[in-house]
Amino acid sequence: MNFQSKSMRLNTAWRSAANYLVSGLSILATVLVILPLLAILFYLLYKGTSSLNWAFFTHIPAPVGESGGGMANSIVGSGIILLLASLMGVPIGIAAGVYLAEFGRGRPFATAVRFTADVLNGVPSIVMGIAIYSLIVMQQKHFSALAGGVALAIMMVPTITRTTEEMLATVPHAVREAAFGLGIPKWRTVLSISLRTASPGIITGCMLAFARVAGETAPLLFTAFGNEFWSFDLNQPIAALPLQIYKYAISPYDEWHRLAWAGALVLIAMIMVSVTLVRIFANRGALKGGN
Amino acid sequence: MGSRLRRLWRAALYLWHSCYLVPRAALGVAIFITELCPQRLRAPISFLTELLAAIPSVVYGLWAVFVLVPIMRDQLGPFLYKTLGWTGFFEGANFGVGLLTASIILAIMILPIISSLTRDIMNAVPNSQREAVLALGATRWEMIRIGVLRNSRIGIVGAIMLGLGRALGETMAVTMVIGNHPDIAKSLFAPGYTLASVIANEFSEATGDLYLSALIEIGLALFLVTIVVNAVARLMVWAVTRNAPARVN
Repeated sequence: MNFQSKSMRLNTAWRSAANYLVSGLSILATVLVILPLLAILFYLLYKGTSSLNWAFFTHIPAPVGESGGGMANSIVGSGIILLLASLMGVPIGIAAGVYLAEFGRGRPFATAVRFTADVLNGVPSIVMGIAIYSLIVMQQKHFSALAGGVALAIMMVPTITRTTEEMLATVPHAVREAAFGLGIPKWRTVLSISLRTASPGIITGCMLAFARVAGETAPLLFTAFGNEFWSFDLNQPIAALPLQIYKYAISPYDEWHRLAWAGALVLIAMIMVSVTLVRIFANRGALKGGN
Repeated sequence: MGSRLRRLWRAALYLWHSCYLVPRAALGVAIFITELCPQRLRAPISFLTELLAAIPSVVYGLWAVFVLVPIMRDQLGPFLYKTLGWTGFFEGANFGVGLLTASIILAIMILPIISSLTRDIMNAVPNSQREAVLALGATRWEMIRIGVLRNSRIGIVGAIMLGLGRALGETMAVTMVIGNHPDIAKSLFAPGYTLASVIANEFSEATGDLYLSALIEIGLALFLVTIVVNAVARLMVWAVTRNAPARVN
């Protein structure tokens, strides 16, 4: 009945033991990754919701020692900076992606651009802040919303470029050939056929880039700088939600800690909404070719 | 020059702490998601790890300041002192903020990044490879080791280096819990400083051209180090995933 020798059986036992051990360790590792996420979300909801009130969305920060106050100017300021960043970053990113996928195929220059974009993606955000400080803030001699917008725009470009390129690469070649067969010039084909077919994926990429820079603090520290009051002037320092959270979190006042939690909850809610929208876009089938 | 070297050394030291355990854990997660986990659980778990990567670093910092620091100060710190105090790495005053706390929060932050990259790389291994190894009578772990890991080794090393590159430049969360003290201590409880947190803390109060230039030079050092790490890592990841289908990352 048993064809295995003793050493073979031992070997099998050892092999299946190793199998179970690794499975167990993998499951443990996954739990270890998910646990901090749950802890962070739990604390955000627990501390954040208890501090959220109407004044948070309508008032500007109160002076030290006074209770109350909110982050209305920071929320609006973040909106302005992100709008500026998107206006600058999205067209550049998409245009570069179109070049890589449609016009630069196989050229050494395109490979260099692709590689630079990937490396730029990993440049620390604080270094981006310094670069913009020397390029814009030092020339203007004052901090400004514009400088903050430029810093975030540069951080958005690599992600958008690479997703645009990858999404355009999934457009079947037959579609382009059909357009060429109708005598449509190349630029027109790219604009109305390729870009249009790939648009859900490209939108996804833009939203991911947006979600990523929405929470960035380091590049804003010495570009947008922060502001305790309302400001709509693009040439003046402006408040931003992440900056205000940072400032309040390291302050010694309980009231400010409370506001920091509420601010973090609002920030993360904004980001989660865009990430979820990305999932919905991706699941609608428009991206199936890519996955 | 001396102090800059010291800061570089500091960055290298705390990187080392997070770099020993993290890649192993990240690899475990990737293996679980691609090879072991039931189909039904796969989507929610990868969604959760992606979510973890989308949390801004200032929120990690906020959580670390109010949750992790008290734990370090009152529970984990004294426990480490009692059990491992003889090694000399866990001595001196323990304020809760310091090298070890910064390492822990960094580990939490780069884990999902490495594991989602590793997952993509392991997905790029063709299924026929797995089936071939299984057909030879391998257990599941042997299949993963011989059929999957051996093929994607270079890419996985690249993914780990990308994660480390991210950790190197990480500013806000580290600045909030590392203690910001320009000195090198042997103890992991001691407050420290990193290249990025020096810039974040001192840039807006830098008076005079020399001070400013010194800080910008720290930025340059940080930039060069991350450029090298990232360039090498990207080449490694490219080597494996170049021919794989496109994806949104």
